[in-house]
Amino acid sequence: MSTSPKTRIVGTSVPRKEGVDKLLGRARYVDDIEREGMWHGATVRSTISRGFIRSIEFDRRIEWSEFTVVTAADIPGKNHIQLIVADQPCLADGKVNHCDEAIVLIAHPDKHKLREAVAAVQVEYEALPPIFTMEESERQDVIVWGSDNLLKSFLLEKGDVAAAWAGAAHIVEGEYRTGAQEHLYIENNGMIAEYDAGRGVTVWGSLQCPFYVHKSLMAVFELPEDKVRVIQTETGGAFGGKEDYPSTLGAHAALLAMKSRHPVKMVYDRMEDLAATTKRHPSRVRHKTALDRDGKLLAMDIDLCTDGGAYSTLSSTVLSRATLHSPGPYVCPNVRVRSRSWATNTVPYGAFRGFGAPQACFAIERHMDVIAAAIGMDPVELRRRNFLHDGDTTATEQVMREPVILDHLLDRALKESDWYARRARFARENMTSPVKRGMGIAAFYHGSGFTGSGERYLSSLAGVDVLEGKVRVLVSSTEFGQGTNTVLTQIAAETLGLAYDDVAMAPPDTGMVPNSGPTVASRTSMVVGKLIERACLQLIETLKAQAGLGENFSRGEFFAACEKLRAAQHEAKSLVRYEAPPHIFWDDQKYRGEAYPAYAWAIHVAQVAVDTATYSAEVEEFWSVQEAGRVLNPVLAGGQIEGGIAQGIGYALYEKVLLQNGHMANNQMTNYIMPTAEDVPPIHVSFEEIPFRHGGFGAKGIGELPHDGPAPAILNAIMDATGVSFTTIPLLPEDLYAEMRLRRQVEEMAAV
Amino acid sequence: MRGNPEEHELLAPGSLPAVLELLATQPGEWTPIAGGTELMVAHAAGRLASRKLVSLWGIRELRFIEHTDTEFVLGAGTTFSDLRAHAELAEELPLLTRSASWIGAIANQSRATIGGNLVNGSPAADFSPALLAYDAEVEMISTRGTRRVPYSNFHNGYKRNVLVPDELLLAVHVPRRFRRHIQYIRKVGTRRAMAISKVALAGTALLTDGLVSEIRLGAASLAPFPARLHRTEAAIQGCVVTRETMQAARTALLEEAKPIDDIRSTAEYRRQVGANLLEEFLRRLQAENAP
Amino acid sequence: MSVGRSTIRFTVNGEERVVCAPAMKRLLDVLREDLRLTGTKEGCGEGECGSCSVRMNGELVNSCLVPVLQAEGARIETVEGLAADGLPNRLQQAFLACGGAQCGICTPGMLMAATHLLKKNARPTMAEIREGLAGNLCRCTGFVRIFESVVAAGAEADPETAAHAR
Repeated sequence: MSTSPKTRIVGTSVPRKEGVDKLLGRARYVDDIEREGMWHGATVRSTISRGFIRSIEFDRRIEWSEFTVVTAADIPGKNHIQLIVADQPCLADGKVNHCDEAIVLIAHPDKHKLREAVAAVQVEYEALPPIFTMEESERQDVIVWGSDNLLKSFLLEKGDVAAAWAGAAHIVEGEYRTGAQEHLYIENNGMIAEYDAGRGVTVWGSLQCPFYVHKSLMAVFELPEDKVRVIQTETGGAFGGKEDYPSTLGAHAALLAMKSRHPVKMVYDRMEDLAATTKRHPSRVRHKTALDRDGKLLAMDIDLCTDGGAYSTLSSTVLSRATLHSPGPYVCPNVRVRSRSWATNTVPYGAFRGFGAPQACFAIERHMDVIAAAIGMDPVELRRRNFLHDGDTTATEQVMREPVILDHLLDRALKESDWYARRARFARENMTSPVKRGMGIAAFYHGSGFTGSGERYLSSLAGVDVLEGKVRVLVSSTEFGQGTNTVLTQIAAETLGLAYDDVAMAPPDTGMVPNSGPTVASRTSMVVGKLIERACLQLIETLKAQAGLGENFSRGEFFAACEKLRAAQHEAKSLVRYEAPPHIFWDDQKYRGEAYPAYAWAIHVAQVAVDTATYSAEVEEFWSVQEAGRVLNPVLAGGQIEGGIAQGIGYALYEKVLLQNGHMANNQMTNYIMPTAEDVPPIHVSFEEIPFRHGGFGAKGIGELPHDGPAPAILNAIMDATGVSFTTIPLLPEDLYAEMRLRRQVEEMAAV
Repeated sequence: MRGNPEEHELLAPGSLPAVLELLATQPGEWTPIAGGTELMVAHAAGRLASRKLVSLWGIRELRFIEHTDTEFVLGAGTTFSDLRAHAELAEELPLLTRSASWIGAIANQSRATIGGNLVNGSPAADFSPALLAYDAEVEMISTRGTRRVPYSNFHNGYKRNVLVPDELLLAVHVPRRFRRHIQYIRKVGTRRAMAISKVALAGTALLTDGLVSEIRLGAASLAPFPARLHRTEAAIQGCVVTRETMQAARTALLEEAKPIDDIRSTAEYRRQVGANLLEEFLRRLQAENAP
Repeated sequence: MSVGRSTIRFTVNGEERVVCAPAMKRLLDVLREDLRLTGTKEGCGEGECGSCSVRMNGELVNSCLVPVLQAEGARIETVEGLAADGLPNRLQQAFLACGGAQCGICTPGMLMAATHLLKKNARPTMAEIREGLAGNLCRCTGFVRIFESVVAAGAEADPETAAHAR
């Protein structure tokens, strides 16, 4: 089903804009770049999780005069990383709150000299008792952050949950847990910085949000806007892991550059990146649900907690999204969500594709299957009976004004996966086969863009300019594999009536482009795409009004008119600022109203095989049917879904962050396990398209949606295969084994 | 990269006699490095203790696959790609070929060597279980000559073996007497490729008149080094494979196995899965026997 | 302690090169630093991710695990040698058309592994493609479109394989 108007470029799979450079090995990532006179930097990190720094000694076996050493005392401006709350220091000053926290920075011309130097810095601590779990934090026996360990909390209420239990035919409870997850971008974090008294700070690096880094550097160096410049280099994967961390790394490299008076490169190796940078928030979600006799939802009482780590960073916004996604794509008259993010003495958790939604979706979609089993209903039917439809209201009282086609997506997913036939076959085969197979489903939405009035607050500015026969898209939105460069230039080319090759991206350089907002929250195609569309239309109007461009124009006439405009005004440029769609009403206090301007919807189906000899679960096949507005580029869009699903499979079955005393013990690729080419199953992707009129050419967000569904679909399939309901991820074979053994023991005890 | 290349000397004498000479004149000083798939990882992590290394790469006297009527002889410098490409080996000693395919992935197999895998001596070594099940012998060489020991006696502790400081592993000898044996091997890793073994089991057994006349079980990660499961074998040797035999064998393995908890897995999981793999093998024997 | 440098000669993409480097310098670092061929990448330093893959004497190797001394006299092929005159070869074109590259950091290694696979086996089955690329980690694509790219680039795509590419 597609109701998109005909277009020449948008909606086609034009090749990736920067694809040739990437394929030829010519694309320049930060570690491929050298600057004249460049030194290398390294970091001395805390070996304890909480305590006072009593002294820092520099062993005399090192010739320190050759090195530049930076501590908190060297910071010219504010010693904090400016994000939402300024609680995270740039460098630890007298106190550390997590293992691997940065204390001292060192630079030297020869990178081989750094390791020994780092080892020669002796930090003496006075240790304080650390806390490592949400449970310890919420007990509040030991306070490690603020006055109460509570980084953030929300209360979302609709109707009257307390009154609903009495009339319920069924009440079902469950607790669901998700572990931390590492982004594992194949390119580690890296930055190069230069400092010049006249020009100020310049950094180049692997990052998602140039203006986030810019804002942070302004505070650390106490410099005005035009004395800080941030340039994104080709970025080898990000997934949210380069949303906030680059602000810290950029500041570190720049401090060393300032003090050493040389450009400084800091590129982490894998061990350091794994140990010291952000990961997905672990979560614990408790559901208590009331249903009537027909399996219709009457009330949902949800208690949702995340572990934020030692500093708040993005914990409040992750918690917000988790809260808003926790009730699932269902109609429920009474909802209460109490959510909290707790501080612990671990490396701060941060943004990761999905941003709280994967945690929330895992819980509600597992819980739906738990409910189905408890009340004796087919899990598919249970969902159908409760799906949101056009005109229904959500838990925040948002009316679904755009079409909601969950039923249709479900029908399609069931058909494409041959759901009923496979399940019947597996039920038969499982009786004798040592490998048990099952099918599982997940239904979910992902809110596109920033919550509520977030976009209004960002007030993004974006546009195009034209220079000698080439149009440039002017945005701070970055490419890191997801297709920014391609879709935005497609939109511009389409709107201007030009060829795809007529449009390029302006360099992602804060000195050259306006702030179109961060490249996060699945907002680029929808919000920034729309800005580009509008800016191009505005340019055409300007050219008609001021440069004699006709009603219908050729490519040559367009560029000629631009030259005329440029001659008169020194530039042929068109910028527009974000305008909120009408009806966006959001109450930040009551958490009520239009939580997101648009939603993408999806159904995931997983076929899983559980080997009873090895207790390993493997996904054998996977289907994903989604509606995310207009598909701007089918190959790129499909690639986003497939990649997100692969990460979701890792999240469910393979990827475990093993903390020992607050330090990531498995900080090597050998021991942090992501699926290989032999592990990822065939993945079938189908799109339905309902253009969203406020999104770029009808697009809604797509990048994060696919990471929300795999984990619950997979564990639901495992329940189908084995009869066992697992409620914690990652679910490793050792965990499956432990549960099976426990059940056998219980059975044996019962039999006695 | 945490290692400093300027702090490690690497010599490549280029021939076996020259390498042995070096080891003889300065025993214990020089660490042999073949494909580097283990030592270079340590180097990058800044954990390469050896300051002096001698390269075995490209030494023809170490890289060969030969056979006589009674045995296959595999040079210690043979890579796992070499092994996989050898058709006769695959046909006659399939557990070796299977094991070779487990080493990392293609790019690791082209550089990792038999010698490296055995001398590194991880309890999880991929090539070891098959060699144990095939009753292999290892041949060691020094300027003083050669000597052979059963591979099952090669390891004598966690990452320790019987090589003396001036010795190199020269070759592995695998008897050609398993054509009629029922052969089994399975590795359980963290994923399907690029996986360090959590537990692995190789087995060869001969059925004579319905009885198990020979049985050899080689396991990874059920002991501080790759080892035969002698007590488990004893519970099966001479028996008909029945439900009772399988139960007794399972119990014997659960007692004999001494796995540990580590970063990759748990002792309990390894023990149970080891027993499950054994059961898989025994069921195959049982099926062979069925009329 | 500081060991001296060794003079090492090898060919890279058909061209004879001489470098003067410590014997234990990694081939990866020699390529990237001494020869300024930055197409080959470092992702892990442990031989796990394959982004440093190159071909050495016709074999696929992880260049992060090769001490440069062992590359003496070798024939090295890197991603820079695939295109002729800056024009993507058949495999690279297939990656472009099929979406086999997203962020691109795994791509050079992936291309070398795919090149190696197709040289050994012009019509690989899906299982052979999966095995051939198992040592190259991609975090962006989920591998699906990489498989499609390899199938498309194969000499004559086996229809059975093509059908199972998704």
